[in-house]
Formats: sequence, C-alpha cells, structure tokens
Amino acid sequence: MAAAGVALALGLTACSGGTSTKNTAGGSSAGGKDAFNAALTTVFNPSDKKGGIVKMADESAPDSLDPGDTYYGYQWDLIRIYGRALTMFKPAPGKAGLELTADLAETLGVPSDGGKTWTYKLRKGVKFEDGTPIKAADVKYGVLRSTDKATFPDGPTYFSDMLNLPKGYKSPYKSKGMNTDSAISTPDDSTIVFHLKSPFAGFDYLAQLPPTIPVPEAKDTGANYKAHVISSGPYMFASYAADKSYTLKRNPNWDQATDPNRKALPDGYDVQLNVNAEDIDNRLISGDLDVAIVGTGLTAASQSKVLSDPALKARTDNPTNARLNYVSVNPTVKPLDNIECRKAVQYAMDRTSYQTAYGGAFSGGDIATTILPPMVPGYQKFDLYPAGADNKGDPTKAKEALAKCGQPSGFATNIAYRNERPKEKATAEAFQQALAKVGIKLTLKGYAKADYFSSYAGNPPFVKANNLGLALNSWGADWPDGFGFLSQIVDSRVIRETGGATNTSVRIPEVDAMLDQAVSELDVAKRNALWGQIDKRVMEDASIYPGVYAKALLMRGKNLTNVFVNQSFGYYDYLAMGKP
Amino acid sequence: MTVVWAATGRMMSRSRSKDGDRAWGFSTHQEVLQPVSVGLELDPSATAPPEAVLAGLGKQIEGRSLGQIAWMRLKRDKVALGGGVVIVVLITIAIFAPLIVKVLGDPPNEFHQDLIDTAGGTLAPLGPRGGMSLDHLMGVEPLNGRDIFSRILYGSRVSLLIAFFATLVSVAIGTTMGVIAGFFGGRVDSLISRVMDVFLAFPLLVFAIALAGVMPDTAFGIGGDTLRIMLLIFIIGFFNWPYIGRIVRGQTLSLREREFVDAARSLGAKNPYLLFHELLPNLMAPILVYSTLLIPTNILFEAALSFLGVGVRAPTATWGGMLSDAVTYYTIPHFMFWPGLAIFVTVLAFNLLGDGLRDALDPRAR
Repeated sequence: MAAAGVALALGLTACSGGTSTKNTAGGSSAGGKDAFNAALTTVFNPSDKKGGIVKMADESAPDSLDPGDTYYGYQWDLIRIYGRALTMFKPAPGKAGLELTADLAETLGVPSDGGKTWTYKLRKGVKFEDGTPIKAADVKYGVLRSTDKATFPDGPTYFSDMLNLPKGYKSPYKSKGMNTDSAISTPDDSTIVFHLKSPFAGFDYLAQLPPTIPVPEAKDTGANYKAHVISSGPYMFASYAADKSYTLKRNPNWDQATDPNRKALPDGYDVQLNVNAEDIDNRLISGDLDVAIVGTGLTAASQSKVLSDPALKARTDNPTNARLNYVSVNPTVKPLDNIECRKAVQYAMDRTSYQTAYGGAFSGGDIATTILPPMVPGYQKFDLYPAGADNKGDPTKAKEALAKCGQPSGFATNIAYRNERPKEKATAEAFQQALAKVGIKLTLKGYAKADYFSSYAGNPPFVKANNLGLALNSWGADWPDGFGFLSQIVDSRVIRETGGATNTSVRIPEVDAMLDQAVSELDVAKRNALWGQIDKRVMEDASIYPGVYAKALLMRGKNLTNVFVNQSFGYYDYLAMGKP
Repeated sequence: MTVVWAATGRMMSRSRSKDGDRAWGFSTHQEVLQPVSVGLELDPSATAPPEAVLAGLGKQIEGRSLGQIAWMRLKRDKVALGGGVVIVVLITIAIFAPLIVKVLGDPPNEFHQDLIDTAGGTLAPLGPRGGMSLDHLMGVEPLNGRDIFSRILYGSRVSLLIAFFATLVSVAIGTTMGVIAGFFGGRVDSLISRVMDVFLAFPLLVFAIALAGVMPDTAFGIGGDTLRIMLLIFIIGFFNWPYIGRIVRGQTLSLREREFVDAARSLGAKNPYLLFHELLPNLMAPILVYSTLLIPTNILFEAALSFLGVGVRAPTATWGGMLSDAVTYYTIPHFMFWPGLAIFVTVLAFNLLGDGLRDALDPRAR
C-alpha cells in the first residue's frame, strides 16, 4: 500500500517534469513530426528518456492477466512488461518485428531428434520481483499449470496438445507428484528440454507464448494468481481491481544487464478496463489517454472524424494485421458442390464493394487474392480469379462458370453472418447485390455471435440443412507463421460434425498431407515455400473467397515517445514506448 | 321580473327532485326557464314568426346522430384534423411506395458506393448535406450508399403494416375478453382478470427478443419477410391486449347496469342480442380512441425491436433498423435524422388524431 503511494507520487512528479520538458522542447524531438503512418515502419519520436506513467484504456476487459490463461493478442503484447517468456518477437519496427529472439532463454531453441525435442538455456541472474532467482523448474511449472483447462479455460492449448505428457496426467494441481520428465525435463537449473509427441518445426513460436513465463510454485494461487502475478519483467503489479483497473510500477529486482530487448522507459502503467469505446477515442484525440490497448482501431464514427481532419489524420497509423476476413464457400451445399459454381462466386463478387462494406481501405483492409496475408512468411502473390481491371468483378467469366456448372441462369443460396457485427452484415448485403447481377440469389441469415461456429455456420449438418452456401468468416493467426495461420482454416481434420470449427468449407485430403509435411520441415525456407503452395492449392478449389487483409486505423497518444507498430501483433509495441 | 321567474323555477325543480324524479325536474327546469328567453326575444328586430326565421336560414332542422356530432366536433379541432391528414398521406405513400420510388429514387437495397468517400476512408457520402441531391432527395447512407429516401418509403410499409395489424389483433382479443369479463362477471371475470394480470406482468421485450431469435426461417409454409412480419404482428398484438381489455371491461361493467340494458333485458332480449346490439355500439367510442393511441405505441415497439436487431431481417428497410445502422455513424447526422423524423412525425400524427377523437367522442373526458 505504502509502496503504491510512493510509486504514484513518483509518477506524478515524473509526469509534471515531462510536461515542462515538453514545453521547452516544443513538443517534439527529432523524428517526432506528426505524419500519417509515421510509426508504421520506423520509430516515431525516438527517445531514451525515462519517467512518466503510460495511461491505457480497454473497451472491455481481458480474459485474464495470468500468463497461463489469456488468449488476447493485446494482452500477449502487454504481458511482456511483467513476464519474460523463453522467446519473444523483436520489439522493433518493420519486418524485424516478425523475427523471434531469445528472451528468458540465452538463444533460440536447439532442436534434436528431427524437431521432436527442443532445448533452451536460461539467462543467468534473472530474478522474480521478490528477488528469488528464476530456475528452469519455474518455467516448467508455468507451462504445466497452463494445461489445466478447468482452472485456466482461456489460454492456448498447444502445449497440452503437443507435449508428450504421461498418460492420465491432468495438471500440477490434480496430479501432484507425477513424473512429467517425459514432457519437460530440467537437467539443471538453467536448462529446460521440451519433448513433443511428433516433430514440430516451429516450436520457437510456441516458446514465445505467455505460458512459458515462469511461475513460482510457492506463490501460485491457482485461479486467483491473476490478482497478483509474480513479475519476472521490468514492471510488477501495484494494484488490481477486477474488471475495473490495474496499475504497474517498476520491479526493483529486474536487471537491465539480463535483458537486451527491453528499455523500460516509463515509471509505470495505468490500465482502465471497461471504458466506452467512443470515450476512449475522444480521450486519445485530446491527449488525455495514451493507448487504446485493444488495438482494433478507432470506431466508425471517430474514423470519419479523424480522416477528414488532416491534423488528426497525421497522428494515425494504418497497419495491416495477420488477419484475413473471408467467406467460406461451402462445397457441402448444392450446387456449390460443383467447383464451377464456386468459381462463379469468385468471379462475380465485386472486390471493391467487399472492401468498402468491411470498413474501407483504412479500417476494412486491403483487397485479398490469397489466404496468407503479405506479412506471413511464405506469402506468394497470385490472383487466380482476376476481377477485371477495376476489381469490380468479371460477370462474363462468372456466367461462363455458371454455364459449365449447369446453372446458366444462376441459383439461389443463403449467406450467413454474425448479427453483432455491422461490418459482416454490410458485407453480406454487398454479396447479395453483386451476385444478383449474374443471377445468384442470396438470402441473408444473421446468427448470434456466441453460437456462430458451434451451432450455425461452423456446424456442418446445420450448414447443409439450412443451405448456408456462403458464410462470413474471419481468421487471425495466433502468431504470424504459416502454421499459425493455415492449420485451423484449411485442414479438413479440424472440422467437427458437432460444430465449433472455423473451417467448414475446405475439405481437400491433398492439403492435409501438405500441412503434415510442412509442420515437420525443419528447413525454414522449404517450410515457408510449402505454406505458399498450400495457399494456392486451396484457392484452386475456390472454397474460400478471400476478402480483405485486415487493417486497423490506430491513433498515437500525444505524449508518447518510441512509438512503432510491431508487425507480429499488428498494433503498437507496448514494451518499447516511453512517456517522458 | 324574469329573474324572479327563473328563481322560482329552480326552486320548483329542486322541490320536485326531492321526490326522486330527476328527469322530470330537468325538463321542468327548461320549461320554466323559457320565459327568460321569451323575455329576450322581445327585442324588436326578432319579431318575425319562427318559421320565417328557419326559412331564412335555408336549412331544414335534422336530427343528428352521435357520429355526426362527433365528426362536427372533430372538424373544428384543426390540430387533430392535421394529424389525420398526415396519416392519410403516410398510408397513401406506403401503398404507392414502389411507384414513387420508381419515379423519384432508386431501389431501396441497391448499392451506390461510387457516391461515398472511399478514397479518403471516411465512408461518408460525398457532397454536402449527406449527399442530398435531386437524384437522392434525402441523401445516401454511409458505407454502401443506399438511397435513404426510398428506404424511408419502404420502411413506412413495414412500420405501418405491423402497427395496424398488431393493433387489430390487440383490439380483437382485448374487446372480446373485456366484454365477456365485464358482462358475465363472477368467476369468468376473475379468471379473465387474472389472465390479464399475468400478461401485464410478462417481460414482453425480453420474450420478444427470445422468440424472434429462435424463429426458424420457414414455418407454417411461409418464409422470409412475410414470416418475420407475421411474427412481429403476433408478438406485438398478442401481448398488448390486456391494456385495451381492461378498459373495455370497465366500460362494460358500468354499461350493463344502465337502464337501457335493463329495459332490453326485461323485454326478453337474450345475451347475444344485449352484447351485440346494446353494449358493443356503446363501446365503439372508447375502442376507437384507444386503437388510435395504440398504433403509435406499436410503431415505436416495432422500431425498438428492429433497432435491437430482432425485427425484419436485413436488407429489408425498417425505420428502427435504419436508426440502429445510424448509431455507428453518429458523426454523420443526416443518416439518423431521416428515420428519426419519420418515426416522430408518424407517432405525433397518430397521437394528435387520437386525442382529437377522444375529445370529439367523449367531450366530458376533457
């Protein structure tokens, strides 16, 4: 309590100090001139000055602050200020942000046994916030506890799926004392070895996930651990009010010498939860707030206000995310079982109309012709179904395809979308308008977001029974890599007859085999080439209509230094920014 | 002289009314008062015989029905009449919407994305005042550029159709149940009154959302918009009947004790005759008034359901749905202005007419 007070007082003095410097320096240091996309590929307003409290606001609340129980990208971005995973994406602008680098580990993982075993050596001298040295056993414990889905329902499941855990093992809570060396072994305090069921070449991507953040077993309180996560990074929790707010202050036991990636510029962070989205935008514009933490960009209303004012537009960045907003073209629904009918949909759709309906070039995204977005390694540029010079669709080709399909005058089917998403509704309406021009009649079917995949558009029997020929869909990878991007949307083996999978339309055995081949390919270049081939093979099948590579219109806080977009997340790097 | 006469008359009537015959007393009152007017008519300019006066007016004195009297009163109420005219215009527009749109606008679901600012990214309509022009009288929607004028016109069809038929359902059920409860009384009354209480305590909005959400796309051999409209009519109409039911029951309770009902009964009239020939005609006024006031409530309720996304499905235009779409673009006010104005004008017109009707049919209630 007293410590929190001191931190607050420090923060206040630092804040006022910052304001005075700002006044004398005229509000901008070198490279700090406002310009559209100024923080997209370069560092905006670079500075090494310490101090200040970075104020953040969240329009909702994250699932959890516990490293083993969060699946929100923005929390993965922020968690790096209070937790150190084995590896991390480089906190750097441009393409460098997509590269992995060692964090808690000394180097990236060393594979052996054809990618089935991965070894990491921990850095020396890294301590928890209470001064206890971090050991390999703490990392192991953090990973193992995250596999307890009853206590931590929200986190990713890669570790429980891939690790060679002993039969009958549930979690460190329920299976106390069971030997888990078959999954993770710790030969000494600074070495940790992961043993997988089958080879997985991209394990370094898994090692950057929050579950590899060390958790001291003695301080673990299970589901309540989120109220006070023991920090291994430069900041530790000062206060926590569930669903309202939390603040972080400097961790005295973090040593800059052990950490080449973090600068730890601000004195603290203040995060408000469940703040009205429009309020967040207005405070961001006025400079009262520094970061809209969710990173989905300005609301539609603020967007038109900001874009029509050059001074405000100069404070925004427009990054592309590793996300594809697309439409599943279901081959289980007649007459779309005929590939020519699916091709007709590809040719007939007006791409610019899709883009505008989804929010335009700034917050909707760039027109997509492939499944992999450009920043994902393995992306190859191709366009199998050219939509005319103006991208407004090719009705001649569409009619030819319809004739080949045996439906020369068109056909009728339905299009599913999520009721809660105005962008998807507008896109469904755009499809209805565009496809009507070649005689394909669409009826709009809106469904509740919560059950969209489990009961409706992701439920194969429902799709078939209700003729959901088309279904609005969206996929963002857990990390920008071919596996993270493709495995859940083109692998036919993830389709569940009981519903719940994002993939409903891609059912190509050849693609399944190609995925297996890529997953075990240790050569990065060869592996990336395979992702590109899979992309092309699925597009030849026409069972996915790629819509737009998602973009977001982000606004930089007025008083921040060292601002840049980290491409692996698709929004600002929360680790690097400062506020002198 | 006359004053004395009048005073005596009043005293006379009062003394007679003590006998318990009020009607007699009143007529006496009028008779006795007559000398007062006679006294005034002694003015030299009015000495012509009464027949001549009437002939000069050029009109025969006729007996007027209640309806005629009400219509006369209503005609004098310019505000109510104005409301009535607006309603007639609205209904005409709704009926001829496809024709009007053919001449003045574009199909309501047609995209015009060339009319919105895609290059600048604001997605707002190009041009001043939300893209208003001779081609698009009320401008176009942001994002997809649909013609707001034609969507407002088509939206009026859904709004008015649902509001009218839902009111009809409410009135039909409410009147039947109200009359039965009021006329038969006793156990029947208690039973129906309790049912009304249950319906009144029902969380209607929650139920409406749930029902509209789980409704399949085709049922009872119908589908699409027709089914959604029928469903909304059912939800809004079926659950609103107790409001009118209670009013009708109360009126029936007081009417059935009246002398003319007793008289009819004593002449041997059976229940059906009493219900249809004695009670219902006298209930027409409150039912008509209440129906007129129920329609705007139903328009608002339909708009609320469409706003919440459980009304008629996209892309069919409804006023509530348009308002809901406009919320995300609150910085472009014309998008919200037109559907808001349409709802406002319609509801106000019905309310003014309803108030005027009540005043005309039942002047004591003023």
